[in-house]
Amino acid sequence: MRQLADALLVTLLGVDPATWPYAWVVYGAVMLASAALAMTFVALFAGPVTVVERRVAGRMMSRIGPNRVGPQGVIQWLADGLKCFLKEDLIPDAADRPLFRLAPYLVFGGMFGTFVVLPFGAHLVAADLNVGVLYLFAISSIVVVGILAAGWSSNSKWGLFGAFRSAAQIISYEVPSALSALTVVLFAGTLSLQGIIREQGGMPWDWFVVRTPFTFAAFFLFFTSALAEGNRTPFDLPEAESELVAGYHTEYSGMRFLFFLFAEWANLWIMSAVATACFLGGWNIPGVSPATIDSATGLSFWGLQLLSFIVFAAKTSALVFIVIQLRWTLPRLRIDQLLEMCWKYLVPLSFACLLGVMIWAWGVTVGSLVDLGMRLVMTCVGAGIAFHYARRVRFNYMADRDNYLKMTGKELWYPPYRLP
Amino acid sequence: MSIADILFYCLALLTVGSAAWVAFSRNIVHSAFALLGTFFGVAGLYVFLSADFLAVVQALVYVGGILVLILFAVMLTGRIGDVQVTNRSAGLVPGLLLLVMMVALLAGLAVNTPWPVSVPGPASPTTAAMGDALLSEYVLPFEVISVLLIAALIGAVTLVRKEEDR
Amino acid sequence: MTVGLVHYLVVAAALFSLGLFTVLTRRNAVAILMGVELILNAANVNFAAFSRFTAQNVGGQVMALFGIVLAAAEACVALAIVLAVFRTFRSVDVNDTDKLRG
Repeated sequence: MRQLADALLVTLLGVDPATWPYAWVVYGAVMLASAALAMTFVALFAGPVTVVERRVAGRMMSRIGPNRVGPQGVIQWLADGLKCFLKEDLIPDAADRPLFRLAPYLVFGGMFGTFVVLPFGAHLVAADLNVGVLYLFAISSIVVVGILAAGWSSNSKWGLFGAFRSAAQIISYEVPSALSALTVVLFAGTLSLQGIIREQGGMPWDWFVVRTPFTFAAFFLFFTSALAEGNRTPFDLPEAESELVAGYHTEYSGMRFLFFLFAEWANLWIMSAVATACFLGGWNIPGVSPATIDSATGLSFWGLQLLSFIVFAAKTSALVFIVIQLRWTLPRLRIDQLLEMCWKYLVPLSFACLLGVMIWAWGVTVGSLVDLGMRLVMTCVGAGIAFHYARRVRFNYMADRDNYLKMTGKELWYPPYRLP
Repeated sequence: MSIADILFYCLALLTVGSAAWVAFSRNIVHSAFALLGTFFGVAGLYVFLSADFLAVVQALVYVGGILVLILFAVMLTGRIGDVQVTNRSAGLVPGLLLLVMMVALLAGLAVNTPWPVSVPGPASPTTAAMGDALLSEYVLPFEVISVLLIAALIGAVTLVRKEEDR
Repeated sequence: MTVGLVHYLVVAAALFSLGLFTVLTRRNAVAILMGVELILNAANVNFAAFSRFTAQNVGGQVMALFGIVLAAAEACVALAIVLAVFRTFRSVDVNDTDKLRG
């Protein structure tokens, strides 16, 4: 962003950014513009992903899901947003008013702060911090404070217990999450996310996930821990309806409630984006090296930026899809099972992965026969797993489609202009 | 007065203002949440001092660990139905007197001492330098502190164990 | 006036005094702990400021890092003690914890 602002100053206004005393005005404007852009992206993602989730949920439960508002229900999220917007702003009488008002902003701020370092494309990052990976975990710890504020200020027992459970879950799962993400830092030699992505290549055998079996395990550990940090099933006990009404956001309604849900859907993107950036090669286009993107000029530069953004969005969307499918497949874990799994299984496993990666990075040089052989083997294993997963999803969908036809005599898909 | 100076004063105001709220608030839960502002203000001050690794570690450990611990303690030791957990203090006037005297003494000391100040270099990332220092010059404190952390963990778990009747 | 070493020292002095005030006048044990955290933060800010302005190496920042780690360990043990005290005396008021056997 700094280079962009400097380029703006030099070309549009013709002044030297180092000496002009009002350069900070342009820097502030560029900062606000990039924040607005990121916020727009989050809104445009979090809205439609609710429709996708409800349709996927419907199909997985052999029902249809929302399909009335707009063709195939694609603008359902606008209707939901408008409904929540127009609801009465209710604050319970015995609640702690300042904290009650503050809590949604803390949770949303903590989630949104991570968008600053997410690399959307080859040069499309708001601020490529040198300590990017640590910054991600630091900023998402504001969410815990916000959750405790929400639970306490609601002055209701479901709120408080939900808040305690959720906070305990999040701070417990931060440990294996950070340890798994550190394994790729050892390979990349830098904490900055753009640096980690640049160390990988475009092809699947250049990604960090297939470098060693330890990073392979670390990918799954990171994914599981990120699921737990985002309160997604199978770890969503804090907001389970049958146990705790709605957990820490029981007493919230209308727009304030939407803030919490907004933060949860934004977290879908964040967990998938960080997993993609660290393990799956980020925005690297297969066949194009990062040096080529750096040296491109003019139209090919912007074309390559767009292509890298599309690659990044495709990988992240695939992971988001898997997270959504997991929610409606796996049963939820009880709180003691959850915490036991974290401290007794995931933490020792992530330490073991970190140790294994350390030994590998010290002993094996990049490009040697052992390295290439291991990468080939792990790529085959990973491709096999992905292929098997896709085959199962397709099988389930086909079986459901045939079942629907047999039961009702009608086709499952119908054109958008015709209601069922 | 450049923009960096203005930002420093804003951060300093955030830090000291939140600390004042921690010290003077009647509601202990509000004090605990004001501590969040203090910790983030201090993290911002570290960024201004070109200590980027220290700033994120401060946010990670203090906000993500210590503040959550303090909040748990406050919420678990107050009564659940009572949102206004009172926090009466004793000896307010002598305390205020001591506060003013202490600030005057320390600030006066800071202003009047001829520190051997050298012009600081440009702000640069410190992660690599910290890693080198921790493993070369400060490796003994590093090892000792890891033993201390294990001792603290075991001690804390032992202290809160419920005594089982055997 | 450009921000220099003295500004950071004054901020740290204010933080230290407010922490000292909190430790001395509060009756709730957890509030006293919050004051101790303020004091530790003030010391860390001092270390980092001296590292930047006086000695051009990361020694002060390493000391501040150790200070953060020590504060975490100390907060952990202190809060465990507070919870144990609460279990015995049913109160965290430091004036109420005046018996050696409960």
